[in-house]
Amino acid sequence: MFKKVMVPVDLTHREKLTHSLQCAADLAKLYEASLVYVGVTSGVPSSVAHNPAEYQEKLADFAKDKAASLGISSEAHTKMAHDPATEIDDALLEAAEEIGADLIVMQSHVPGLMEYVWPSNGGKVAEHAKCSVLLVRG
Amino acid sequence: MTDINTDQGIPAPEGAADIIETDYEIGQDNIETKMGPIGLDIHNPVFLISGLSIVAFVAYALVAPGQAGEFFGWLRPALTSNFDWFFLWSANIFVLFCLFLIVSPWGSVRLGGRDATPDYGYPGWFAMLFAAGMGIGLMFFGVLEPVYYFGTPWGDEPLGVVRPFTEDGALIEENVAEARRMALAATSYHWALHPWAIYAVVALALALFTYNKGLPLTIRSAFYPIFGERVWGWTGHIIDTLAVFATLFGLATSLGFGAQQANAGLEYVYGLPNSITVQVILIIAITAVALISVLRGLDGGVKVLSEINMVIALLLLVFVLVAAGAGTILSEFGRGILAYFQEVIPLSNPHGREDTGYMQGWTAFYWAWWISWSPFVGMFIARVSRGRTVREFVTCVLIIPSFVCLLWMAVFGGAAIEQVIADPAGSAVKAQVIDSYNPPLSLFAMLEGLPFAAITSTIGIILVIVFFVTSSDSGSLVIDTITAGGKVDAPMPQRVFWCTFEGLVAIALLIGGGLGALQAMVISTGLPFTVILLLICVAIIKGLRAEPRG
Repeated sequence: MFKKVMVPVDLTHREKLTHSLQCAADLAKLYEASLVYVGVTSGVPSSVAHNPAEYQEKLADFAKDKAASLGISSEAHTKMAHDPATEIDDALLEAAEEIGADLIVMQSHVPGLMEYVWPSNGGKVAEHAKCSVLLVRG
Repeated sequence: MTDINTDQGIPAPEGAADIIETDYEIGQDNIETKMGPIGLDIHNPVFLISGLSIVAFVAYALVAPGQAGEFFGWLRPALTSNFDWFFLWSANIFVLFCLFLIVSPWGSVRLGGRDATPDYGYPGWFAMLFAAGMGIGLMFFGVLEPVYYFGTPWGDEPLGVVRPFTEDGALIEENVAEARRMALAATSYHWALHPWAIYAVVALALALFTYNKGLPLTIRSAFYPIFGERVWGWTGHIIDTLAVFATLFGLATSLGFGAQQANAGLEYVYGLPNSITVQVILIIAITAVALISVLRGLDGGVKVLSEINMVIALLLLVFVLVAAGAGTILSEFGRGILAYFQEVIPLSNPHGREDTGYMQGWTAFYWAWWISWSPFVGMFIARVSRGRTVREFVTCVLIIPSFVCLLWMAVFGGAAIEQVIADPAGSAVKAQVIDSYNPPLSLFAMLEGLPFAAITSTIGIILVIVFFVTSSDSGSLVIDTITAGGKVDAPMPQRVFWCTFEGLVAIALLIGGGLGALQAMVISTGLPFTVILLLICVAIIKGLRAEPRG
């Protein structure tokens, strides 16, 4: 049913992503789909990497680790944004088009008061993506 | 948004760069927490100390306005008159340093690594660095300054040029040509190479240490070669706090004065009342638009507004050029450039001068002012300049804006002086600048002498307001990044906080008094920052020497 599953990854908070990663891996196995981990970074150094190239390298390592531990095939795709805080949704939607994803599995926190002011990223991606989107709470 | 090579696991080559190995991890001192429903990611202690000390200084200015006004009112001129030689020489050094970088072999070092590609195309990049750094000044001083030097009765004539007016205001024909030439040269001196060299030094240092060395995007990173690991401790906290302080107060006091100016313009053009209420409404409107801009982000907000701004400014420039007579003004531009190059060396030499009114009251004041703004403008320029070579960077931050400023001053100043000469008795410009001194009205007085004054004055007011927005939004992004320890993706409520805070500080100072005192304080920070900038030049050389070229 699905051939390419896209999983947005925030490398800064990767330890919090257990639910979406597990769910995506299970689905990939079930449908024999390949997984693409997508990360969004800016050109400015962050706690994860000194520059975009290093970020891409780390995301690739992350994908390799996951492929080995979960027994799936996976790749990494890095998007660059000038101002990630405001552009992340658009970057993810663009990435989905580029890699030809037919499913996006995305972690989303439990909505609270703030979501009335700022819609969550997951919500916006689900609203605008052309493919299926699965939001995993956790 | 650019794409990075998607080949599995193979990093897109950004090319060789000399990453500095440090144990400091970006964000290690940050507090990530939730306050109610609002997520926060702030640097400890820079966020809190800057926030609290800003509140403390506002309170001081409000509680003891007389004392604060007296102290800073004394301090600023004391600094610019005693350290005039230091300001002038430092600015000269920055210009020579930048020109040297263009021709040096280090010019080929690329910001962001050898194979990095520019984040922004030329028009967007140029619009942003111009709108953040200088736009508002051009609106305010474009007419005022050349006319002032041309006819000042207060003895501030640059290099002792003879005033072309008699005591009763009649023109002395034989002095006109020289006074006019010197007025353009002396104005251009304050707006061309020197201020942009100051910005370029700070911006280049930050871009180099961020994109090539991998240090966080915050002012302290430029000091790594000098202080080493100590920049992550209190040395760095103090540097960053000072930068936040100068940026926020610089923006807030300009915003307060800007609202008064816009109000004066509205009164002059539309007869609107000149009152605190109108000014507060203006500040709220400017802050609201800036808020929308920062929420839309760098590309969707700040860049778009900057571009709109540049287009309107360009239209106004072309209009004044055509309406005042393209032939006359363009030959004025030619004479202005020539005069600038003839006089720039005598003007930038601080020794053996007798025109202290000009040299201390204007030049040293300007240098202190540009330098106190340099952390903000420099950091913003750095943020949008990844992917340029040092040579491209310095050329575009130094040479091209200087050229635009020369053109702007020749057009606006030239048109205004033309009006004064044509009809000394009836000229509105002469009435507002020379006969009585009403700086905010100078631009509108000049436009009044041209056709379609009602339309162009309205555009002028809009432009003044939008230039404030483009300074305010980029300033909020800069402060947000510094107070988040160099993170550019801190939660959005923090941007909202700084943008709103800036508006509130401006309103408090406007109502309670103290705008002048705190602006004098900001300009006073120009002196310590000058020492800092000289150190930064050394840091840049150290940093560039370690970079791979080509």
